[in-house]
Amino acid sequence: MQAIVFDGVSFFYKPSEENELPKLILNDLSLEVEKGAFIALLGKNGSGKSTCAKLINGLLTPTSGTVSVFGLPLSGENTDLFEIRSKVGMVFQNPDNQQIASIVEDDIAFGPENLGVPREEIGRRIDYALKVTDMEKFRYSQVARLSGGQKQRIAIAGALALNPEILILDESTSMLDPKGRREVTEVARNLNREKGMTVIDITHYMDEAAEADEIYVLDDGKLRKKGDPSEIFSDEEMLAETGLELPRASKLAKELRLQGLPLKKGILSKEELLEELCVSLRIK
Amino acid sequence: MLSDITFGQFYPTTSFVHKLDPRSKIILLIAYIVAVFIADNFWGLLAAFLFLCVAIAFSKVPVSAVIRSLKAIIFLALFTFILNILFYAPKEGDTVLFWRISKEGIITATFFASRLLLLVAGSSILTLTTTPVNITDGIESLLKPLTYIKVPVHVLALVMSIALRFIPTLADETDRIIRAQKARGADFESGNILSRVKAFIPVLIPLLISAFRRADELGNAMDARCYTDGKTRTKYKKLSFTARDLVSVILMAALITGIVFLNIYDPILF
Amino acid sequence: MRIVADKITFTYNRKSKFATRALDEVSLEIAEGDFLGIIGHTGSGKSTFIQHLNGLIPVESGRLTVGETDLFAGVKKNKKQLKNLRSRVGMVFQYPEYQLFEQTVFDDVAFGYKNFFPEADKEEIKAAVFGALDLVGLDRSVLNRSPFDLSGGQKRRVAIAGVIVTKPEILILDEPVAGLDPLGKNELMALLHRLHKTSCKTIIIVSHDMDEVADNCNKVAVFSEGKIIKVGSPKEVFNDYEGLTALRLDVPITEYIAMKLKEKGVYIDTDFSSEDFVKKLVDFYKNVK
Repeated sequence: MQAIVFDGVSFFYKPSEENELPKLILNDLSLEVEKGAFIALLGKNGSGKSTCAKLINGLLTPTSGTVSVFGLPLSGENTDLFEIRSKVGMVFQNPDNQQIASIVEDDIAFGPENLGVPREEIGRRIDYALKVTDMEKFRYSQVARLSGGQKQRIAIAGALALNPEILILDESTSMLDPKGRREVTEVARNLNREKGMTVIDITHYMDEAAEADEIYVLDDGKLRKKGDPSEIFSDEEMLAETGLELPRASKLAKELRLQGLPLKKGILSKEELLEELCVSLRIK
Repeated sequence: MLSDITFGQFYPTTSFVHKLDPRSKIILLIAYIVAVFIADNFWGLLAAFLFLCVAIAFSKVPVSAVIRSLKAIIFLALFTFILNILFYAPKEGDTVLFWRISKEGIITATFFASRLLLLVAGSSILTLTTTPVNITDGIESLLKPLTYIKVPVHVLALVMSIALRFIPTLADETDRIIRAQKARGADFESGNILSRVKAFIPVLIPLLISAFRRADELGNAMDARCYTDGKTRTKYKKLSFTARDLVSVILMAALITGIVFLNIYDPILF
Repeated sequence: MRIVADKITFTYNRKSKFATRALDEVSLEIAEGDFLGIIGHTGSGKSTFIQHLNGLIPVESGRLTVGETDLFAGVKKNKKQLKNLRSRVGMVFQYPEYQLFEQTVFDDVAFGYKNFFPEADKEEIKAAVFGALDLVGLDRSVLNRSPFDLSGGQKRRVAIAGVIVTKPEILILDEPVAGLDPLGKNELMALLHRLHKTSCKTIIIVSHDMDEVADNCNKVAVFSEGKIIKVGSPKEVFNDYEGLTALRLDVPITEYIAMKLKEKGVYIDTDFSSEDFVKKLVDFYKNVK
């Protein structure tokens, strides 16, 4: 089943001055995301990634074309935006700008309160969300005192309290230190594996993207390429043109290959690189 | 760090007063203020003072913390004291000490200054024992009946709660911007008032821009979580009155009765 | 300018019940010409330390000398001295683009210069701004534009230009590439190397990216819980896989591979920069062949 379908979606903001041409942010974009997939959405700044994310839960509406989530179109007249938004949990970039309440549990309750969920059920959802994000200890803590990684986990918990089926991380790890980044990606990965959550991870970290099931590369508002990580990271021409780079291990492997060390293409992780090195260097 | 600002004066401990429902504390404070105002002699103020002492004792808040909160208004209290002395028009039979200063004037001035100090000390017990978040919840709950006359109580409470949430964030940010501009040679400490105010422009503009950016992002984050102020909204946190609240209300009633009694049967003091 | 820190200690909120020790007897020598990488977790004291170096945070106890300026605890610092120091020790905070405020790029870059050299005439200011803009690789056509209309990467370069406009000999950057896309990241690292070669003799970066540090720095200091627990060349510091992972810090990928190969009995003598590592591995390969 398709979780998300973009069908010929274009998007632009109305130009501020009359004779100015509107800048096309998405240009006739079509793509599909399978339910239960873990997708990394890549592209340089301004390629349209965040706009995509905002279209998926109706924070923006396409200028033309349609976006649908689990078969429900977002732009029709009878669209129940709340129904769609509660299916699509979103975590944004800045860990400081997403919490409404000062205390963790009050903040997580915000979503279900809006949906009119009964009190006891909200309590259960908070229990669940805190458990999944491993933040149980912080239930009564002050949001302002948490680390960046912890704040983002609270943001995930806040999204989970809506009972979503899709989780979108919109550059959610870009302001975090490596530890925080690990914490957040781990939670997302576990949700995907254990609960079958569809995850869309918009990121600038190639190592993070290399662990996705599939990578979609956006360029100039268009889908430039999609494929599994090894496919994407072996297309160097495309990477260069879209302003992306290789994951650390692939980069190192490429340098070694250029210097005459025989290594296969498509190496993505350090473990893989080590294995291949042992083969080429005849180390047991 | 500056993150502690949200807690304001809150003194973290558990006590009888801390555990009171914030709504009862707000009501009690209002009643206390009324009591202090209706007291028209020193006996009444003394009763209020004793009540205050009991409250402080039961709140486990150190007396020094209460005194610290009085520091902010000590000048105001002194000011009213002096004004009252100077502007007290001696009546016939008053003991004029010199010029227009009379014994009665000093007594009146002392009365008003004590009343002011009692009011502030009482309010500080609320803020020392209740987090701003709980005060907001309490006010929201108390004002709820106003929704029937179309007052957006929930929205007001939300605004208050977001403000509380963002005070530490913006305080940290201000601090960072000040340091960054200092590193670029900005000088916030010298020159006359005008140039000092001007010196803060490089701080205020980035801060404003950042506040707008934050507001925009927060708006998105709220919408993504289905924000509505509609009637279908539920509330997770429930405030509940307990026996403690009942006990304190009875004590307060006793105070007010006492003061009214003392007003009528004023035992001659001076 | 040389920097010598000798047992500097600093406590936040010293007098309140929230007192936290941020630096605990930190000693470090930074020579002129160093490209120093400071690593460690958030809250390990890195930011507090670097803010001592231009007098933004006064030394609470210990001795600190930056060039010929003494910033010891107890030494009276006058404003002129501090200003002079700050013009020579540039500090780029995290996300520096958030501190832009003027209406044009020119005015924003000139801000620091005018503060430090109030007697400078128009021509001097112009020359300094142009010079800074050239160094960060921005076209002069942006000068009259509002800094807020630029792209993220450009904004950051404007902000850096606003710091190097006084030609500081020491440039300190707190996570300079945070939040940039890969392209912006590479450009910024190239910019730092260009600066290191031309105007800023000493560069200090705070970074979470170990590969970046191994590739770019000649000296590394590891902070943990307010202390420097390791300092030396990347080779010396990164050689300690257990030590770094015990602190839950990342290691450069080169160190990971080298350590695993060592376990298998193959020793690669490298400084852990990818350039050197590739060279040594290829040499080894040629020998095997």
